[in-house]
Amino acid sequence: MTRSDRLNATFTALSDPTRRAILARLATGEASVMDLAKPFDMSQPAISKHLKVLERAGLISRGREAQRRLSRIEAKPLAEASSWLEDYRRFWEGSFRNLDELLEEMKAVKQKAERTKRKGEVR
Amino acid sequence: MTTYGKLEIVARGDNEIVMTRVFDAPRDLVYQAFTRPELVKRWLGAFGGWTFPVCEMDLRVGGKYRWVWRKEGAEMGMGGVYREIVPNERIVSTEKFDDPWYEGEALGTITFVEKDGKTTLTQVVRYESKKVRDSVLAGPMASGVEKSYDKLAEILATMSTKRSPQKAGRKS
Repeated sequence: MTRSDRLNATFTALSDPTRRAILARLATGEASVMDLAKPFDMSQPAISKHLKVLERAGLISRGREAQRRLSRIEAKPLAEASSWLEDYRRFWEGSFRNLDELLEEMKAVKQKAERTKRKGEVR
Repeated sequence: MTTYGKLEIVARGDNEIVMTRVFDAPRDLVYQAFTRPELVKRWLGAFGGWTFPVCEMDLRVGGKYRWVWRKEGAEMGMGGVYREIVPNERIVSTEKFDDPWYEGEALGTITFVEKDGKTTLTQVVRYESKKVRDSVLAGPMASGVEKSYDKLAEILATMSTKRSPQKAGRKS
């Protein structure tokens, strides 16, 4: 998956309140489908469906034992998605520091041009 | 009052993000630095190992711009269409990133105001909805997440080293 495919899958998975709630529950520790069905007042097949979406997005991984298939949260895709604003700020701060330097240069060129022009007018 | 050199980013209304920055230069120079591709190329995103190989700007209403940055095989691209241009005062353009950072297309308005030889730049980005704006501001976890899940990001951050004993505090 490319980075944009991954972000897409993450956003889709996070767009549903039940799936966000399941993630919040899994953040406190592993849980089986049965553990999750009870507090959410949902059927096990309904929970399983949500878990599949979360698993496809890479947000959780699931154990392979058929009896008690534990789901656990995977932190990396979430960290990737939520660092957007940080990246945005860093992008503009770095850019504007460059721009400060460029403007100093432009000011110097402009002042020189104006001095030359004034001298020309006096004569 | 914004002080020189300090970048401010705040949410405004339902669907906007407002960024303000003061430059120690008259606004005609700041405007040039924002609109002449050979100048834009020298400062926008060109730091920290990123190069800025594509900087195309057809500065007229209906004209397109396209920017692409590269670093060690990674690429970030964005572009849009100019909607309004008032020289030295205002530029309105659409923006869309190649990566789906947010849903849909945003509308950006940049204004240049000069006072005592300094120029205040204000960049307003209007997103398609409150939901999109909020997801941009605080990361997607914030959009529509109940207050009880505020701690989630914190918990997740500590998870890579050890399992956190904190509870997410789910309502039952």
